[in-house]
Amino acid sequence: MGQKWRTSINRFAEAMTLFAVACAGMFPLLHTGRPWFAAYWLFPIPNTMSLWPQFRSPLMWDVFAVSTYGSVSLLFWYVGLIPDLATMRDRAKNKVVKIIFGMMCMGWRGSARHWIRYETIYNLLAGLATPLVVSVHTIVSFDFAVSVIPGWHATIFPPYFVAGAVYSGFAMVLTLMLPVRALFRLQDFVTMRHVENMAKVMLATGLIVFYGYNMEAFMAWYSGNKYESFMMYNRMTGPYAWAYWALIFCNGVVPQILWIKKVRQNIIVLWVISLIVNVGMWLERFVIVVTSLHRDFLPSSWGIYWPTIWDWGMYIGTMGFFLMLMILFVRFLPMIPMFEIKTLLPESKVHHHEE
Amino acid sequence: MKEKAKIYGLMAEFDNPQTVVDAASAVYKQGYRKMDAYSPYPIEELGEAIGFHSKIQYIVLIGGIIGGCLGYALQYFTSVIDYPINIGGRPLHSWVSFIPITFETTVLFGAFSGVISMLALNGLPQPYHPVFNSKRFELASDDKFFICIEAEDPKFDRKATAEFLKSLGAVEVTEVEP
Repeated sequence: MGQKWRTSINRFAEAMTLFAVACAGMFPLLHTGRPWFAAYWLFPIPNTMSLWPQFRSPLMWDVFAVSTYGSVSLLFWYVGLIPDLATMRDRAKNKVVKIIFGMMCMGWRGSARHWIRYETIYNLLAGLATPLVVSVHTIVSFDFAVSVIPGWHATIFPPYFVAGAVYSGFAMVLTLMLPVRALFRLQDFVTMRHVENMAKVMLATGLIVFYGYNMEAFMAWYSGNKYESFMMYNRMTGPYAWAYWALIFCNGVVPQILWIKKVRQNIIVLWVISLIVNVGMWLERFVIVVTSLHRDFLPSSWGIYWPTIWDWGMYIGTMGFFLMLMILFVRFLPMIPMFEIKTLLPESKVHHHEE
Repeated sequence: MKEKAKIYGLMAEFDNPQTVVDAASAVYKQGYRKMDAYSPYPIEELGEAIGFHSKIQYIVLIGGIIGGCLGYALQYFTSVIDYPINIGGRPLHSWVSFIPITFETTVLFGAFSGVISMLALNGLPQPYHPVFNSKRFELASDDKFFICIEAEDPKFDRKATAEFLKSLGAVEVTEVEP
């Protein structure tokens, strides 16, 4: 847990994760058509038909992975907020606000005994969340990789989905954090070192993702499998070729300018790159899902997919939902973890001198 | 009459972490046990100074193990015992495909048992506590440090304890109403 440099951006990134999971949850839930029935399709709840969900299915693993990830992230975020909510309570001038924060922090009073248990659990949660991040993206990739559709059935999917998640996660933090940093003058907390480190992580994970794309193309040729090579040929030259080459441009080519230090230190250029990467990651999912499905093993199911107004509406709607939650968070809760920042101050250090 | 009014204890305020840690260990060595220290951010040494150790991490371990067993048992029960479906003669107990969910329930139960027991052992939520009666105490979540010795401690004496706390470098010592 020695990663002290990133303390100031943790809370913000966790909030972003949480709100993104809330949006992501809406797609499969509404996709089931009858969300009120989805409870016993998705969760092992005894029902009148005595049926159980199919636990050998990656879709079922996904339900558990995403709901565990969502709950543990919420828990981690809330536990991290407790001491800061107590500070908000103590600084509140308005009686009603004081009561609300007082209830939210559950009467936290900063007792030394409480702190010891708190720190142990908080560090353990951070430790548990790390493999959870890896597992959730691995299992999402299983949704594809465990099937037999060419373009999905690939062992490289888990690592490159994990790298892609870190890649787009850092891009999204930059997209949101850079304007917030300028608006609220947080330059002393989110320093150039933070910004540059995020850019470096983006470059490194971007290279892993790009390696994944190239390896998919290489394996399609090297395996000699005609279905795989047709899929790749169709992906590069077929009706969705524009999406594939836009993806290569956004996720493979553009991030290469992050090798230059001057670019990493230019806030505006970095912000634009982060937007391009976000677009690239959207294109990645579009390419994976659509190009493989529109030419599968059954020519009878071949076709062209283009999002309908309802697809676009829902997509844009989740962006609005996400931004609403994000703005409410920035307005009402401490976006910089105050108590953790205090521990970083040189004045806060205690030296042992046993007699 | 005022002298006899009951109090919860004595609250001493300190303005830097080193002084409060030294003071807390002095108070503990003096034999006081019904006492607590308060700080705006975690100071490991402060808990150690008042002789506190926690084994809460084992609760997470046990919670995780129980969660893993329950997750696996759920899948075994539903797939093998309660509703076995023969698909091309494949084994009903296909343990490999049960691993991802077992992992998830392990982490889920570990995390929840940890947080719930942390709150329960800390006695939270607890909206009211006598220390909040101390006027300056709202700075305990800002940048001041406090030590509170309770009146119930057998060694407690209003005057002597107050003077002892002052001698340890307290900026201010006040009485806390119950």
